Amino acid sequence: MSERSTQPLKARGVSVALDGRPVLRQVDLDVSAGEFVALLGANGSGKSTFVRAATGLVPMSSGTVELFGTPLDRFRDRHRLGYVPQRSRAVAGVPATVHEVVMSGRLAHRRLLGWSTKADAAAVTAAISRVGLPDRTRSSLSELSGGQQQRVLIARALASEAELLVMDEPTAGVDHDNQESLAELLGGLVHEGTSVLLVAHELGPLRPLIDRAIVLHSGEVAYEGPCEGLVGEDHAHVHMHTGQPPVPEGLTGEGVWR
Amino acid sequence: MTEMLSYEFMQRALIAAVFTGLAAPAIGTFLVQRRLALLGDGIGHVALTGVALGLLTNVAPVLTAIVVAIIGAIIIELLRMFGRTSGDVALAMLFYGGISGGVLLINLAGESAATLNTFLFGSITTVSNSDLVVVALLAVLVIGLAVGLSPQLFAVCQDEEHAQVSGVPVRVYSILIAVLAAVTITVAMRTVGLLLVSALMVVPVAASQQLTRSFRTTHLAAMAIGLFAAVGGVVSSYQINTQPGPTIVLLALAVFAVAALFGAAARRVRGRRHPVDFARGDI
Repeated sequence: MSERSTQPLKARGVSVALDGRPVLRQVDLDVSAGEFVALLGANGSGKSTFVRAATGLVPMSSGTVELFGTPLDRFRDRHRLGYVPQRSRAVAGVPATVHEVVMSGRLAHRRLLGWSTKADAAAVTAAISRVGLPDRTRSSLSELSGGQQQRVLIARALASEAELLVMDEPTAGVDHDNQESLAELLGGLVHEGTSVLLVAHELGPLRPLIDRAIVLHSGEVAYEGPCEGLVGEDHAHVHMHTGQPPVPEGLTGEGVWR
Repeated sequence: MTEMLSYEFMQRALIAAVFTGLAAPAIGTFLVQRRLALLGDGIGHVALTGVALGLLTNVAPVLTAIVVAIIGAIIIELLRMFGRTSGDVALAMLFYGGISGGVLLINLAGESAATLNTFLFGSITTVSNSDLVVVALLAVLVIGLAVGLSPQLFAVCQDEEHAQVSGVPVRVYSILIAVLAAVTITVAMRTVGLLLVSALMVVPVAASQQLTRSFRTTHLAAMAIGLFAAVGGVVSSYQINTQPGPTIVLLALAVFAVAALFGAAARRVRGRRHPVDFARGDI
């Protein structure tokens, strides 16, 4: 079996407690090679916490995560994992150009000291073109619109030649046209074999791309299956209050997480 | 001018100014990028306790200052990483603790307010040859690491979480930044003094980013502005007979004011071509 065909993400029994409060309980989640998985849920359902646990940003209280067949704490091929955080974190206190931010995605390929190589520059240029911003390469990130900033963060993940993209709410606060171009971009990437785990509140134009949707409710998996099984137009959580039988509620914190 | 250069203390002062002017913005850029502009102030206050400790125990104040400043910097970083105290409250407590500890120990050491003054506001003209060697070595260390590791430090300060997921040892670099800031503060202690040292780390960066779009240009331009302010400040303080530290800082602020005016005008011209941007609210 070639290395590429190992399963990008395999999570079993993931539980996370933040400040002693359980936020995720026994979540199982897989992303297969070339699969586009959407993780849905209302605010506070634990969906962002899941991707943060799966990428090692928050510690798990129990459970296991394997990335490309390697346990998370021993996973060293970091360039295979492309993390796209929420856009609100994009702009820092000092200006930075699109090129500079995307170049920081190449760090996993670079040696500690030394100039960036031609391969780095080529990967950065390709990633920026891929997200449709070749004419903004030298622009400062803060001069771009929200949708464009989102695309820069995706380009940063692409520059590392990531095989699994983990995206936290890329559609939040992005207008419909930009969501359309995001859908087109992600569709092309998935077609080429990139796997995607995407956290969203609503799917919008991304809906037709999704292979499998997982809905979290109060930190537990409430639904797993095709998008068609989701009741309600776009808002995953609508479904929780309408069609489905009531999900077993947690003992603590109910209401806080809705 | 030639008369000024004929004094040995002025030669030493100018050399110290060159190193400080370059080193402070070299590391300060990363603090500003991380939105920790006041970190330098916090460490500066702690360093005062270190100075006092040196005076009390008859150890060279520069050495005790650097040790205490590094310990303080690491504690702040650890509080930020693991603590439940928010960053600004942790910094505020550091301000108070550092100043109180410093003044108290200096009193105990039987030193006068004038001694305190030289450390709070600098005394660049009393820099000795051995001081100069220490300043130069430490400044070269800071500049070398800040420029040499700039891809890594940039990634950590731009987006800490992305850097961590990418496998960058974020904690190591965070502590390195804090330690380099602490070292810079000790370097700049003689030039601008502990109360104003943070200004030389932050103001040149704030000035340069009025006119720049890229991180690299901001970083280099900030170092150039720092150099100009430090050397220009020492020269003009000699000419108009003022204390060098505050003169340097006021000169840096003047550069900022000019850069802000030019920057606003440039953005107004650009704004006709690109839509207005509200995201740029920092500094």
